[in-house]
Amino acid sequence: MSTAELNSDIKKASESSTNRLRELVAHLRQNRTQLREEWLRRIFEAKLLTAMSRDEVFAEATSVYDSYVGALETRTLEALQAYAQKLSERIIPRGVETHEVVGIVLLLRDVLARSLFAKYHTEGDLLNAVLDAYEPAANSIAITVAVGFVRERERVIREQQEAIRELSTPVLQVRERLLILPIIGVIDPQRARQLTEQLLRGIRANRARVVVIDITGVAAMDSHVANHLVQTVEASRLLGATVIVTGLSPEIAQTLVKIGVDLGKMNTVGDLQGGIEEAERLLGYKVVLTQEVHAQISGLNDGA
Amino acid sequence: MSVPILKQSQYLIATIQSALSDEDLLALQTKLVERVGKFRSRGVIVDVTALDVLDSFASRTLRDIAHIIRLRGAETVIVGIQPEVAFAMVQLGITLEKVSTALDLEEGLAYLDKRLQHAPAEH
Repeated sequence: MSTAELNSDIKKASESSTNRLRELVAHLRQNRTQLREEWLRRIFEAKLLTAMSRDEVFAEATSVYDSYVGALETRTLEALQAYAQKLSERIIPRGVETHEVVGIVLLLRDVLARSLFAKYHTEGDLLNAVLDAYEPAANSIAITVAVGFVRERERVIREQQEAIRELSTPVLQVRERLLILPIIGVIDPQRARQLTEQLLRGIRANRARVVVIDITGVAAMDSHVANHLVQTVEASRLLGATVIVTGLSPEIAQTLVKIGVDLGKMNTVGDLQGGIEEAERLLGYKVVLTQEVHAQISGLNDGA
Repeated sequence: MSVPILKQSQYLIATIQSALSDEDLLALQTKLVERVGKFRSRGVIVDVTALDVLDSFASRTLRDIAHIIRLRGAETVIVGIQPEVAFAMVQLGITLEKVSTALDLEEGLAYLDKRLQHAPAEH
């Protein structure tokens, strides 16, 4: 349900229920301390919000209570919604779960409803009228808070996924004009796409001429991913870079031949070391073990 | 809109500055092939940095240019293909096979210098 719908729900209240709500708000304000204490007792009893200290729960509960009554009074949800979002931002990193947030809001709803029963139990009709005004408003509030929390949580999750994805495909420069792209873990189509994008951008940014893609850490590969790899190699060539693929495991090599992926255009070398050596050869580098270091190493070995 | 072709010592440099119609592409092909002979050029660079799309006709024309120019005794390098363009081309199955490519103009010139060092020079 959208905020607008909820707002119209909460506003639909007729003239008489407006008066009821006003009366109700006055009652909730009057008994603030006592109702809040009751609510807190129920929260601790239900073992909710255990990730937070008692003082923190007390402080949050106080402001939730006031926002709740405020929403009943003004009959708009915007302020409460903004508050719910801020609250979620604060408590999600603490490990508060969805059921806890929904739980405390429903508890407050219950505590307040009970206090209404206690106040009006002698007058059945009046109680009915008060509940008619209270119930829709309380439901809208509960939904608003729960949706706000879930939405914030989803945002955090999306952000984390993004971060993990970016971390999982580093494009590293090992020498002038030489990039390596170590791929570890499962490659799904989305990751494959992102990997390609990052590599092509990396080639441009670092003016790379040779790229070594190491797939030692990839356990399995299907035809879709293999074809994507071939496309990446070709796209890199269009940017003027040569790609060397290293670390094809025996299983993957056999799978690729069995499913008939055309690897004719791919330059493959057994392991990462061999790939880097080949890349250095292409770039005209020659790595020489200097005498001094050589002596040091043998010296160390002799000492050991 | 026509593409300016600059002569730089023994190379020709054609810089495409905006999206070209099919006629423009064919005109570029004709002009390049003719100038290669006229200036006795040994290398041709086609710079496509400004293009954010390369359709199949443009790609095929670039490939044809490279092949024709090879028959005229010179080397062609396509430079400046954007990363997004490169991947889109590959997904469409356009890979510019047997056509040399380089990152940008500088790389293209370096590539040609290196290629022609090994080839018999005609001084």
